[in-house]
Amino acid sequence: MSKAILEMKGINKSFGSVSVLENVDFSLKEGEVHALVGGNGAGKSTLMKIMTGVYSLDSGEVFINGGKKNIQNTKDAKENGIAMIFQELSLVPTMSIAENIFLGEELTRNGFRDVAAMKKKSKEILNELGIFINPELKVNQLSVGMSQMIEIAKAISKNAKILILDEPTASLSDSETVQLFRIIKQLKENGVSMVYISHRMNEILSISDSVTILRDGKKVITDKIENMDLDKIISHLVGGETSQRKFEWVEREYDADGDLILKVDNLKINEKIQNISFGLTKGEILGIAGLMGSGRTEILETLFGIRRKLGGTVELMGKVVNIKNSEDAIKSGFALIPEDRRRQGLVLGHSVKSNAILPYLRKLLVGRTHLISEKASNELAKNDIKKLNIKTDSIHKKINLLSGGNQQKVVIAKWLNMNPKVMMLDEPTAGVDIGAKTEIIEIIRNFADEGKGVILVSSELTELLSVCDRIITMFDGKITASILRKNINSEEELQNAVQRN
Amino acid sequence: MQSKEISKSKLFFGSIEWNKYMVYIVFVIMFALFSIVLGDKGFLTQNNLINVLRQTAMISIMAVAGTFVIASGQIDLTVGAVAAMSAMIVSLVLQKTDSIFLALVCGLTLGISSGLINGILVTKFRIPPFLATMGMMSVIRGSAMWITNTAAVPIKNMTFNKVFGIGNIGGLPVLILWTILFYIVGVIIFNKTIFGRHTLAVGGNEVSAGYSGIKIDKIKIIVFLMSGVFAAFAGILYAGRMQAGRFSFGEGDEMSVIAAVVLGGTSMSGGTGSVVGALVGSILMGVINNALILAGLSSAQQTIVRGVIIVVAVVLSNLSQKQKR
Repeated sequence: MSKAILEMKGINKSFGSVSVLENVDFSLKEGEVHALVGGNGAGKSTLMKIMTGVYSLDSGEVFINGGKKNIQNTKDAKENGIAMIFQELSLVPTMSIAENIFLGEELTRNGFRDVAAMKKKSKEILNELGIFINPELKVNQLSVGMSQMIEIAKAISKNAKILILDEPTASLSDSETVQLFRIIKQLKENGVSMVYISHRMNEILSISDSVTILRDGKKVITDKIENMDLDKIISHLVGGETSQRKFEWVEREYDADGDLILKVDNLKINEKIQNISFGLTKGEILGIAGLMGSGRTEILETLFGIRRKLGGTVELMGKVVNIKNSEDAIKSGFALIPEDRRRQGLVLGHSVKSNAILPYLRKLLVGRTHLISEKASNELAKNDIKKLNIKTDSIHKKINLLSGGNQQKVVIAKWLNMNPKVMMLDEPTAGVDIGAKTEIIEIIRNFADEGKGVILVSSELTELLSVCDRIITMFDGKITASILRKNINSEEELQNAVQRN
Repeated sequence: MQSKEISKSKLFFGSIEWNKYMVYIVFVIMFALFSIVLGDKGFLTQNNLINVLRQTAMISIMAVAGTFVIASGQIDLTVGAVAAMSAMIVSLVLQKTDSIFLALVCGLTLGISSGLINGILVTKFRIPPFLATMGMMSVIRGSAMWITNTAAVPIKNMTFNKVFGIGNIGGLPVLILWTILFYIVGVIIFNKTIFGRHTLAVGGNEVSAGYSGIKIDKIKIIVFLMSGVFAAFAGILYAGRMQAGRFSFGEGDEMSVIAAVVLGGTSMSGGTGSVVGALVGSILMGVINNALILAGLSSAQQTIVRGVIIVVAVVLSNLSQKQKR
């Protein structure tokens, strides 16, 4: 193929005593889509941050178009045509598309903003990418997918030659993903090179030309995508065949006809989500499958008291419980590992310890006083770290410095401490690397083995199939089926059940 | 071996949260500077230093509650007005009944009610705290002017004046003793109780606190209640010290309290905070005021220099936060 537009050679980077990248090489050819794959903490985001000048490298060299460059800050990166499309969008929502595209570099005539010219130019840029939209629309009126495409257009308008796409499809619908892929192909034809970071292997296999896999800060392999398939990528990621096995379903021992730990009867959440009835047996792991917006998250939030139920009854261990807020839910024995761990699960600016003990404070008091025991708190946090294998230098480390998987384990630890009867997990492995994923699944299984109940919501059907004993499917606010795992033969079967009314 | 040592010490310094300690460093530097420059003008005399502490007592006490308010991500602009109104109520009740107990009850009730109203406006009516308390500030300050038509009310009860203002115990002014008491209580509540941790969690991430079973509205209301009560008590101390009630007490105190709390290392956006830091922040401002007076600056010049120093101190603590990784 063509020559390398960007080359990184022997990159080393460490934070304090922790080495994050070790002698990593990365080469991006002109006009290619190069997937960068690795678990959280594998170093891919650090590598990209070095490329975009957010971090400085400890040693190593960066070449752009064959010339050695020293990228010190984000401005240097921009001048060299490198742009990153962030997961969190960096557009100003209250301004128009055209205003956003030209933000900071407004066109002027006689010293005033030249609105007409900017509108015309924006339209040209967008049309070239195959996006046909009125550039006067405000960004907050656009879907997430469209905003992301505008962001790409903005980068292109600033002559970006190298685009870094970080999990670009994470919040896109299927049709938006198709559109994004069309744009990526268009950009490729225009000679733009792209680094594509994603956890979704199917996308990587379908869109990229080559792939680089990182593990524990080291490059494992770079190869053309033709030479790769899902199994190969996963085995490089995990670094062995052994841990894969935990992803396979093993029939668990529990009494399927045993006592119900939870019984939900005719639950009504709103006009759309109603007539929700299901039971949960002791020791059972129940999955809820459904598309986004089918009502799966709402059920968990209602059981946890974050939403008010409009009708129906909830029985826990045979007793009707009336839950008005999350405090009631916790007291009754519910725990919820929420969907968005950074926003809902954690206080990011606080330490591992503060987060882990937050719901448990009442049980950490000294004697009969109202004072929290420092010793008991530290012990609890240390114990959590050991029990769940949370990787952190100390319990006092700020939690936003941990990898996604370890953050999620802290969220789970915080609820395990409460000794709940029913644990509800909403997308617990989203943005979590495969190693931590395996551990989290193991934690869920162990919890259920104690004779407690688990409700698991996930968009990843393979995950539901590997963990659950029974799966409820939802469509448009209604339960459409309840199927025992052993009666499901393939992912296609479940996919079918989810897609149908 | 040696390089390992160096990297270790580097790591140690890197891991210190400078903004947390900035106030102590600035304090030491300022104090040393004033001692050298103004030593001959009596800056270092015991009298002068005790005087500074006495003058800052009210701000210091309000800053205890202010730390909770700001750490929980809120803001309370009513404290100065509450102090004035409380001083008016206390002096009027003393004038009419001469009952210290009744006066205290009435003064503190004002603090409770205004805190409760602030809390309800913010939590139940969802008014941003800046606006809610700005409105309430005006209502309360106006009431303090209206109640006696801006006339001052002298307090003749010397027991009250001594206990809450001008007295000494063991050579220490009661104002300083009250300050110490409030700080001990504040530090314990902030660092050692569930409420303290919950306050920080609400300020750090309200959504996550809610998902952890914390009653966010309850925490916010208690924080505003606390702020109201502490401000009312500061008003009682104002009354005792001046042996009168006057509507103009505590004018601008809300800003001094915010400055003291933020100088002390509490983040304006909530989630972190230090009660002791607020005390040092408050005394630091007192020391600066005092030094400017000793240096013979006019009140106009004092106002300017005070502003510059606050800005510089906050800039310094921000700079120290922004080390590149």
